[in-house]
Amino acid sequence: MKSKSQDVSLDDLDRQILRLLQEDAKQTYGEIGNKLSVAHSTVYDRIQKMEQAGFITKYEAIVDTEKMGIPLITAQMIITTDPKETESIAKKMTKYSQVLEVATSFSEELVIIAKVVAKDQAELHSFVARSIAPLPGVLRIRTAIVTRKFKEERFGIRPRKE
Amino acid sequence: MRDQAFYFFTSIGNYTGHSAASLDEFLLKVKDVDLKSLEFHLFREDFEKWIAQTLGDMRLSDDIRSLRIQKATGNALRDRLYLVVSRRLKELKGPVVAR
Repeated sequence: MKSKSQDVSLDDLDRQILRLLQEDAKQTYGEIGNKLSVAHSTVYDRIQKMEQAGFITKYEAIVDTEKMGIPLITAQMIITTDPKETESIAKKMTKYSQVLEVATSFSEELVIIAKVVAKDQAELHSFVARSIAPLPGVLRIRTAIVTRKFKEERFGIRPRKE
Repeated sequence: MRDQAFYFFTSIGNYTGHSAASLDEFLLKVKDVDLKSLEFHLFREDFEKWIAQTLGDMRLSDDIRSLRIQKATGNALRDRLYLVVSRRLKELKGPVVAR
């Protein structure tokens, strides 16, 4: 089956619009148009097309939980699994609100990589011990608690010719 | 039953892959798991809590608490933990009234 995004190709103007939206999605069509020297109606049409084709999946607010006084620790987990159970474990993990990202990877062994958050170390340990370790097929878990972040960005779209 | 099992970790979030769903299994794991795991759980009071709350064995839980209070570590911890658990298992599996 052909996906919606396969029917639409993006040109440099689309990519430039995407980059500006990634920097600040609250800009008006006019502001984006001015920066790119095109009419705001063109920007509107392009954004509509990219939303409908699934290139833009959602607009979200990034909340500073520390400023809100919500203490959270982040940890990166590498879960070594029985290959027969990997997909099932990964799918089960997606159901937990503590799990922000889940992916599978194959290096020497088939593993699941996950990013999880918890209120503190005790809550993190309890979550791993009660919810992840008992899942059938989990062989080992390595967890690293993030102590300091140096960079956290999403991939920024660039025009092809830059 | 596996939900009630004891899962051996070496530190926060680091699961060794060993678990025990009964006292017999626990005894076997005491011989095998990394010493760091035994020390981690002893000082977090995880053993005594699991044995009291899940297995309901207050006496064994008290014996393990004594090991914590005495700050048992390393191979001495493994040996003494093995001894108290195996002694209790022998007791539990023995006759109620000796002939």
